[in-house]
Amino acid sequence: MYELFKNLGAWLVSGEQWSGPDGIAHRLAEHLQYSLLATLIAAAIALPVGLLIGHTGRGAFLAINLSSFGRALPTVGLVVLVFLASGLSMWPVYVALVALAVPAIVTNTYAGMTAVDPEVKDAARGQGMRAHQVLFQVELPLALPLIMTGLRLALIQVVATATIAAYVSFGGLGRYVFDGLAQRDLVQVLGGAVLVAVIAVVLDLALSALQRALFRHRPA
Amino acid sequence: MTICRPGKGQLMIQFDAVHKRFPNGTTAVHDLSLDMPEGGITVLVGSSGCGKTTTLRMINRMVDPTSGTIRVGGRDVLQQDAAELRRSIGYVIQQAGLFPHRTVLDNIATVPLLLGWGHRKARTRAAELLETVGLPAEAGKRYPHQLSGGQQQRVGVARALAADPPVLLMDEPFGAVDPVVRTQLQDELLRLQKELSKTIVFVTHDIDEAVRLGDRIAVFRTGGHLVQCASPAELLARPADDFVADFLGAERGLKLLSLTTLADVPQGPAPEGARWELVLDSARTPLGWRDTDAPKDAPLTPVRPLRDTDALLSALNEAVASPAGLVARVDADGALTGVTSRDDIHIHAGRAHAEASVAA
Repeated sequence: MYELFKNLGAWLVSGEQWSGPDGIAHRLAEHLQYSLLATLIAAAIALPVGLLIGHTGRGAFLAINLSSFGRALPTVGLVVLVFLASGLSMWPVYVALVALAVPAIVTNTYAGMTAVDPEVKDAARGQGMRAHQVLFQVELPLALPLIMTGLRLALIQVVATATIAAYVSFGGLGRYVFDGLAQRDLVQVLGGAVLVAVIAVVLDLALSALQRALFRHRPA
Repeated sequence: MTICRPGKGQLMIQFDAVHKRFPNGTTAVHDLSLDMPEGGITVLVGSSGCGKTTTLRMINRMVDPTSGTIRVGGRDVLQQDAAELRRSIGYVIQQAGLFPHRTVLDNIATVPLLLGWGHRKARTRAAELLETVGLPAEAGKRYPHQLSGGQQQRVGVARALAADPPVLLMDEPFGAVDPVVRTQLQDELLRLQKELSKTIVFVTHDIDEAVRLGDRIAVFRTGGHLVQCASPAELLARPADDFVADFLGAERGLKLLSLTTLADVPQGPAPEGARWELVLDSARTPLGWRDTDAPKDAPLTPVRPLRDTDALLSALNEAVASPAGLVARVDADGALTGVTSRDDIHIHAGRAHAEASVAA
């Protein structure tokens, strides 16, 4: 056990392991690229949906249930399914990651919108704001803390799951896990897993801090 | 059907045969015809579910009537764009409804910004209004949750006044603050109204608040019926029916006395040589009553001196409380001008009551 951790430490800090197209720096960049792009696509789909159902109060049942359904989808199954349909491309990876991220963003956005005090919305209308002004000047800013929580949760989940890109022969930190498994190289498997866990935790902490800084004026 | 037409002065808001039935079948407002004169405070009172808030909200189209016409400044509200109409009418609600994510200054600047005044002009105006409603300039940088309930309500009033609208709608604005702060806010509103002469429609379920603030009071009954619409004195002296009388309460005779001041009640010199003597300081401010039968060092019985602007109701209270049966009268500086006997106050109270009944 001790030997394993020592080797892991050596693997993680060796300069040679960090450089080159197969190095950690490059894999990390790939991993973040897949994760951010997938989360952005998910946000582009989920935010308008969440805002719309939150603002109108209509379609909430359908949207929330579809979200729960999306959450229950097995990611690897989805990757294989889209892979069989589309062949070798990044499509299976992005479809699976987006499907994973959408539910968290929709439900949090919707929750944020419904948590806005109806008195405040009434006052906004009463001061002469039009529907889009109520949405963008009052509801959206007030829902923003919960919306950001949704984005953060989605991003963390996606980062933790983006290892599957390697499953269909692409890069990212999953490369170490899948290659390590194939080569029976436990140090490499563990190194990849630890790196994924560390960036997930670091991102979570950083985004939480950002949220606290942005909303420090808000009542608790 | 009660038709309420004040008769004199320009009319600012006119309800003509207005009905409001909600989709669930309840009638909120029943065949309402009510005019509100320019520059006056019209108070809508009644217990919950009587349609007073719906009536108010139909003025700025937060609710649209099922039938009938509402005119503001002579123009049918239904012919106007709802958002533009609302920007031209001040609106204050219970709990203030301030935007928690915006500073106090930005809250007040809401309507000017919607009207496209630009940030600088809107902020300057907002800063002016902070002062108008009696808040310190530093309050402008704070967020609503950092203020007390009473301060938030002042911000709500400032926000409603920001674009200087001729009409102000106030929906139980002081309902959520404690009685002391409520009285302060009522005084402030009356002071502001003296300066600004807005046409104010004020909803409350508190009859004392209605009597204090209203130039006219419209009493609503459950089902959206307007029962009576009159000046506070007329309402208190001559309630239209048992419902109104019950709503005004058993002390409505006393409430009427709160509308008359002491100014016309005669006063005489303070008694000398009687059992109770009024003790004054060097500025002739009354300190208390001394019982000449009691030992020299006995404490004085407290006195609450009244000015000419105080209500007859306060005088009656003081006459009952005073051991000598006398009310100490002072000038604006608090110096004694004379005393008035319990009997004189009773006679004037009775006369005030009779006059209100006849005049009304």
